[in-house]
Amino acid sequence: MPKRLDILVCSGAACISNDSTTIKNKLQAVLKEHNLEDEVAIVETGCMGPCELGPVMLVYPDGVFYIRLKEGDVEEIVKEHVIKGRPVKRLQWTTPEARKIVEEKKQIPFFEKQLKIVLSNCGKIDPENIEEYIAVGGYEALAKVLTEMTPEQVIDEMIKSGLRGRGGAGFPTGLKWKATREAPGDEKFVVCNGDEGDPGAFMDRAILEGDPHSVIEGMAIAAYAIGAKQGYVYVRAEYPLAIKRLEKAIQQARKYGLLGNNIFETSFSFDIEIRIGAGAFVCGEETALIASIEGKRGQPRPKPPFPAQKGLWGKPTLINNVETFANVRHIILNGSSWFASIGTENSKGTKVFALSGKVNNTGLVEVPMGVTIRELVFDIGGGIPNGKKFKAVQIGGPSGGCVPAEYLDTPIDYESLKKLGTIMGSGGVIVLDEDTCMVNLAKFFLDFTVDESCGQCVPCRIGLKHLYDILDRITKGKGKMEDLETLEKLGEEIKRTSLCGLGQSAPNPVLSTLRYFRDEYIEHIRDKKCRAGVCQFEEAKEEEVSLEKKLKGII
Amino acid sequence: MKLEDLRKIREKAEKELKLREGKARVKIVVGMGTSGIAAGAREVLKAFIDEIEKRNLQDVIVTQSGEKGLSSHEPIAEVWEEGKPVVVYGNLTPDIARRIVAEHIVNGNPVTEYVIEVKEA
Repeated sequence: MPKRLDILVCSGAACISNDSTTIKNKLQAVLKEHNLEDEVAIVETGCMGPCELGPVMLVYPDGVFYIRLKEGDVEEIVKEHVIKGRPVKRLQWTTPEARKIVEEKKQIPFFEKQLKIVLSNCGKIDPENIEEYIAVGGYEALAKVLTEMTPEQVIDEMIKSGLRGRGGAGFPTGLKWKATREAPGDEKFVVCNGDEGDPGAFMDRAILEGDPHSVIEGMAIAAYAIGAKQGYVYVRAEYPLAIKRLEKAIQQARKYGLLGNNIFETSFSFDIEIRIGAGAFVCGEETALIASIEGKRGQPRPKPPFPAQKGLWGKPTLINNVETFANVRHIILNGSSWFASIGTENSKGTKVFALSGKVNNTGLVEVPMGVTIRELVFDIGGGIPNGKKFKAVQIGGPSGGCVPAEYLDTPIDYESLKKLGTIMGSGGVIVLDEDTCMVNLAKFFLDFTVDESCGQCVPCRIGLKHLYDILDRITKGKGKMEDLETLEKLGEEIKRTSLCGLGQSAPNPVLSTLRYFRDEYIEHIRDKKCRAGVCQFEEAKEEEVSLEKKLKGII
Repeated sequence: MKLEDLRKIREKAEKELKLREGKARVKIVVGMGTSGIAAGAREVLKAFIDEIEKRNLQDVIVTQSGEKGLSSHEPIAEVWEEGKPVVVYGNLTPDIARRIVAEHIVNGNPVTEYVIEVKEA
């Protein structure tokens, strides 16, 4: 029976780490105490977005948004808001500048500037209840393609929509589908890449946790289009909640006949299995991911042949990212021209970003392509905390680069970011303020990629270690001016000669900081000065000096 | 699962999510301040919800507000309808609430004897 109030408790991983489960249990208990269980529904949803304000709660129909809840606040919310209809003002979100209470969710600037398509159900429906997904039009897109469209028509729609891969590289999705359909072979596979590994990225996790059925539906539509019967979702073991919700969603879909044999009484059959990855960054690379699913060591191999020709167990395989699949149902239901009307000329639709770092509103956001970096950081992100000065944004994680303040008005799309020496990446955005040392930041990402290199090819295994060692020297005040040239030369060389995407993009953090913050590198080397005050310079040690002297004598 | 089955599940489940859409045609706001509750606003509220459910009205939501400042006329409820002035009812009982649903919300005839105010939205 419909209720008078729906209380949505955010159960994304961030809010759960902030103890939202205790809040939910307490709420349940207090409602029971007041005999309100029949009138009020408690719904556990996926991530609502503003993670640093968690645990958060949203009360409908009014849309009152509560933040930073403690167990002790629950009683007051029930007594005042639920029983008497007076929202508890002290727990509502206030905007930093006006300290004004923002009463309804849609008036909060954080939400107002966003356009939620992929995340439209995240934070709104119960991800563990397939009927709530069906209520918002879930599986209608699958029904439509199975009963009204040929596989070719589906692929045509995808091509026309202009959707590009959301995993980072931005390859046109429709063309990938077409290539896999046209590849010879009677057995084909659909694989969902959920091996999200960039530091500071949590878009795919949020989608899998908040709306797992949208990924299942997208995969089923893809399977119909390319002619596959079996799909795999590759998720890393560090995402236990995403795995649990996806597992539950798959079971429910099977129970409702939305996965399995003869879906909607057609000849189309499709099922999905989850494969759990051990958390190696390189397994996000498609050929390494395929090897991992096959039970082999997760190592990439040269391309071509591309997975579309020879993928899983040597069969034609379609690999798309979680967010890419989550877009599919919206394109089928609303049409390719609708989707193509959003965004910029070559980047269509929206992009989900994980905002983190030195920004007021950290969390999960979705914006149309073409929004500027300034809008993302200052309007949605609410600017830099503690009156500090904005320095740069790091986009694309270990494969991406930094964009400095002078490019704040650059629109966010695949091409514009590439011109600036970074990439769209999977969507991690780290905001940096004046307290960040750019040399140290480059070192941090290199430290990560050195660790994560699979070791198969020389440029990546040895070259990255060299880059790291040079950066390490510079941050300790032992750099030489010629190091800068070596960094650039070596970086370009690694990009050109590495086997897979990991090595091909790993020098980006170094190259882009050298491009925009060369001054800082020079200051470190020449003046032994770190303007952010991060690097500690050691005095040159006695022994090392004498060793050098000795060597000089010998040579 | 057949296509019709999906539609059926959707129809049923949509009702459950109605509150979260914010797209209702009619909004009934029951005054639930301390004096309202003391005068029986809770029973009135329940009657509204129950009657709407019985009649399967998809586009009506019931919500509550704090004190309206008209304690002598509690329980009080307002009927908000798009493009129409707000009708304020006073001295309600569960039975009158049911009548309001039937006569005002379904048939468009406000139950005049209990209207205490008509105001601009």
